[in-house]
Parts: sequence; structure tokens; C-alpha cells
Amino acid sequence: MGFKRFLDSIEPHFAKGGKFERLYPAFEMVETFVYTPEKVTTVAPHARASIDLKRVLFYVVIATIPCILWSWFNTGYQANLAVQALGLDQPAGWRGSLLAALGIGFDPANPIACLLHGMLYFFPIYVVTVAVGGLCELAFAIVRRHEVNEGFFVTSMLYVLCLPATTPLWLVALGIVFGVVIGKEVFGGTGKNFLNPALTGRAFLYFAYPASMSGDAIWVPVDGYSAATALAVSAADGHQTLGAAIDLSWTEAFFGLMDGSIGETSAFCCLLGAAFLLYTRIANYRLVAGCLIGMIAMSSLLNLVGSDTNPMFAMPWYWHLVVGGYAFGLAFMVTEPVSAAMTNLGRWIYAGLIGVMCVLIRVVNPAFPEGMMLAILFGNIFAPLIDYFVVKAHIARRMKRYAA
Amino acid sequence: MASNTRSVLVDPLVDNNPIMLQTLGICSALAVTSRMDTALTMCIALTAVTAFSNLFISMIRQGVPPAIRIIVQMTIIASLVIVVDQILKAYAYEISKTLSVFVGLIITNCIVMGRAEAYAMSNPPWPSFLDGLGNGLGYSGVLMAVAFLRELFGSGSLFGITILEKVTDGGWYVPNGLMLLPPSAFFIIGLMIWALRTWKPAQTEREEFTIQNAYADGAKPTAA
Repeated sequence: MGFKRFLDSIEPHFAKGGKFERLYPAFEMVETFVYTPEKVTTVAPHARASIDLKRVLFYVVIATIPCILWSWFNTGYQANLAVQALGLDQPAGWRGSLLAALGIGFDPANPIACLLHGMLYFFPIYVVTVAVGGLCELAFAIVRRHEVNEGFFVTSMLYVLCLPATTPLWLVALGIVFGVVIGKEVFGGTGKNFLNPALTGRAFLYFAYPASMSGDAIWVPVDGYSAATALAVSAADGHQTLGAAIDLSWTEAFFGLMDGSIGETSAFCCLLGAAFLLYTRIANYRLVAGCLIGMIAMSSLLNLVGSDTNPMFAMPWYWHLVVGGYAFGLAFMVTEPVSAAMTNLGRWIYAGLIGVMCVLIRVVNPAFPEGMMLAILFGNIFAPLIDYFVVKAHIARRMKRYAA
Repeated sequence: MASNTRSVLVDPLVDNNPIMLQTLGICSALAVTSRMDTALTMCIALTAVTAFSNLFISMIRQGVPPAIRIIVQMTIIASLVIVVDQILKAYAYEISKTLSVFVGLIITNCIVMGRAEAYAMSNPPWPSFLDGLGNGLGYSGVLMAVAFLRELFGSGSLFGITILEKVTDGGWYVPNGLMLLPPSAFFIIGLMIWALRTWKPAQTEREEFTIQNAYADGAKPTAA
């Protein structure tokens, strides 16, 4: 209990009238992250659950763990495959030197080597995200005198997982600042954001620095190696050629042995996370089901329509599910309760809209091979409007019932 | 009267800025601000049109029947816009090409119409002229600030002169592609409005409703 005693002993300095009164949010952040807050609800209704906002958000972080673990392995695995394909002794840069010095090597068949190689990419990005984004968060908390929220842990984790492994660190910092400030804090902080902050940051990078965020050269963090993502190959030649062009079967794509953003490749891990969130009732099942129905309906419709010039029309729904960021977005971003619609009917419409839009952007828009990010942001913007009409319709129905 | 004319000219610069407070004229602020030279041309053109349309409209305001006043205002504004457009085509052809349709669209700029209708129709010519000038300058100030940021971070240059050497030209600066897209002006203007309203809280709009606070009377219930 040493740490708790220490916190208690310095608490008076941060309380009202203390020396560091203005830094109270920083103190509060540390204290309630480590210990259960003492503050309890004081007004009716006195329904208490053992779960509060911090625990809810913490569950989301837990749900991303399979994706994180897989991202370490897969990033390293893809990098090691590239090293092998290029016939290098070691890749350029400090990571290569470090791994070679430790004698770990770059054998793609050695899971430990892959895991460590991937971690060396994951952690710099994660540390920069947390440090820079956390500072922004703290600055706003101090100026606005609210408390720092664990929402940022979720945001930072999702943000890191949806970036390509080669993203330069200064871009990582810029993106998270934009995501936190424009995506969340200007609207009043956690719970008042109508856009998903992680995606806002990523979208900013995508449009501001397209060379670092799209194309073939950015997915595998080895210089001089370029590899098209499954979506890019499908857009060019159709999903039937995936096996021949980049040696990818559906099972491999499902488990995530392919190129892509750090944590989005494995549909399996994303669905594990989604299952955990659904089981704990943090994710609303309507959001997941609606998004799946929208995606399946739209891709089946496009399969039926068909096209001679655009091979993407023929991509079946089970491929849409496993390639690109669809599964990741479905599990962690569509289900985010704050930026989603709030009414039950609205949730169906909102999620369905995202599923439809995602397929539509992927298939019909030649400028964007990946549509999930834009589809979710699009859905976020429409969510309040959907809720508005759902509530209006509800009121109108009840008025009619009582008028009779 | 002296201090009044002064405030007519100075007020629109910060305290009553047409873009930042009244949110007028946003479309051209998005469209022409990717480079500073086009933005400057646009600013001069709009300031001239606003000032002179205010002047002429104010001069004939007593003789205009209210029922057709909008048509009369439009005629005057449209004539001025055509004059500006022709001058640009004659003396600054390259820039007039990049500005293309936006000079012609000054006619639909809400600032011009707004000032004519709100000020020139009920004030004497000289203050009206100053009001048009002031609003044009208020618009120009914002436009130039937006164009400064967009050109500097989007292309690494100012007025076409390289300031930040781009990576593609062997330098170190990676240009921000978003800055070259019109939506970036929304972000910049939004951030500027945020800064301005933090500086001058009087410009903040009143809340449409107040959120009811359970502890409004100051009596915090104690935990049982």
C-alpha cells in the first residue's frame, strides 16, 4: 500500500486551495487509474453496478489484446518474409542491428524472431501516440478543469492498430494530436465526440500525407520491398487472382497472414474481440449484426449486378469480411457507443449504412481501395440525424395511438 | 461623427468580422485560398466591389422603390463585378485564369449583398463606403491568414516563393496534402474562430438552452 499512502499524502496539494490545484486532473488520472475511485453516486436513482466508465473502456482495451498480439507477430513475419525474399542478411536501420546483435535473426519460420521484430515496430508508434496524445488530453483537462478520461487508452490503441507499420513517428504524433483535439476535445471531450477520434486522426493522415498512408510500398517495413494489399490486388485483377498474385488463401486472410495496417489484418482476432465485447454487453449486438447485414446485402447485390470492367463487383461477402479493415472496424469502431446512433432502430440503420457504404466505396470508387474508415466516419456524421428521425417517428406513432 | 466613421471602418476587422462572426462569404474563402497571390487578388476585387457597391447603392437609396430594391442592388453589384473581371483579364490574365469563375461569383458573395441591404440602404454614402471597405478588409484579413497557412504548409511557399524546401525538390519538408484541398480551409477558419472567441468571449453565441443542474441551488446533498 506504499503507493496509495504516497498518493494520499500528496493529495492535499492538489485539492482545492492546494499548491497544485490546477494540476488536479493529472493527480486524479493517476489515482483513479490505479485505484477504484472513492466518489460514488449521491443522487437517486441508487442503482449501482460494479462497472464504471473506466472499466468499460478498459474492457475495450482487453478486447484488442488478440489483435495486438497478432499484430506483433504478423508485422515481424511480413518483414522477415521480405528480408528473406530480398536475400538480405539484416534489414537497414536500428531494428535490424539490434535483432542481429541479439542473435535473434530474421527467420520467418521462427515465431519468436517475428514477434520481437514486430514489437520493435509496434512500441515506438504506441509510445509516441500515448505520450503526445496524452499530453494533449492532459492540457485540455487542466485548462478546462475536467478529469482525464481513460477513453484515450482506447483511442490510442485503436489508432496505433489501424496505422501502417512504416508510418513515420512525427506523422503518428501529428495524427493523434488532430484526432484528440479536432475529433474529441473541441466538442467537449470523451462522451461528446460525434466522430471516432482514432479514425479522425487516421483520416487526417490519409488525406494530408497520402504517400505515407497508401500505395504498395508502405505495408511491409523493409526498405525497397513493396507488396500490394489484398484489396489493391482485388481491385486490379479480382479476388480470384489473390492466390496467384500474393499467395493468399481465404483461411490465411481470415487468420491474418497478409499485409495491411498493424492490427487490422486478422479478421479472426477482431472477431474474438467483438465476441468479448458482445459477451460483456459493451458492444450492442444490433450494431454488429446491422453492419454485417449491410455488408452482405450490398456485396451480394453487386455480385448479382456484375461488371465486365470492374473485378471488385464479383468479390463475395466472405472476402469483404476478411480483407482490409472491415473486421477491425466492425469489432471496435462501429460498436463504439458514443459516436454510434443511440436508439435501437437507429443502431440498425446506422450500422447497416456503414456496411453498405464500406462495400460501395471499395467496389465503385476507384480512388479508395479501402472503404471502412470513410464509411464509419460517414456513419458517425449521420448518426445524430438517424436518431432524430427515429425519435420523431416514435413520437408521431405514440401521438396517433393516443389520439384514437 | 469622427469616432463613428472610425468604428464603421474598424469594427468589421475583428469585432464584427464578416467571416468569423457572421460566417458569410465562406465559399470563396475555401475556393481561392490555396495560394496567396490568388487570395490577394480576390481580396482586392471583393473589397473594391463591396466598397463601391455600398457607395453607389447608398447614393440612390432614396429613389429606389422598396419592391424592386434587390434587383437594383444586383444590377449595380453585377456591373461592378464585370468591371473588375475585365480589368483582371486585361492586366493580370494568368491570375484571372486561376481565379476563373470565382471573380464572377463575387456577385453571389453574401458579404456584398448583406452590406448593401443592411447598411447602405439606410446610411449616407461616405459611411457606407467605409463600411464596405471595412468589411472587405475584414474578409481580406481572414482570407490572407488562411491562404498563408495553406500555401506555407501545403506547398512550402509564400506568394510562390519557396520557404520550406520540399522533399520532392531535395529539401526536408513533407508537404501536407490536406492543405491543398478546400476542406482544410474549414478546419483553419474553425480554429481561428475558436481562438478569436477565446480572446473575445463576447462573440460566443448564447446557449440555445441551459442544462439543468441538480445542484443549482448550491446545496450539495451529502452522501448518506
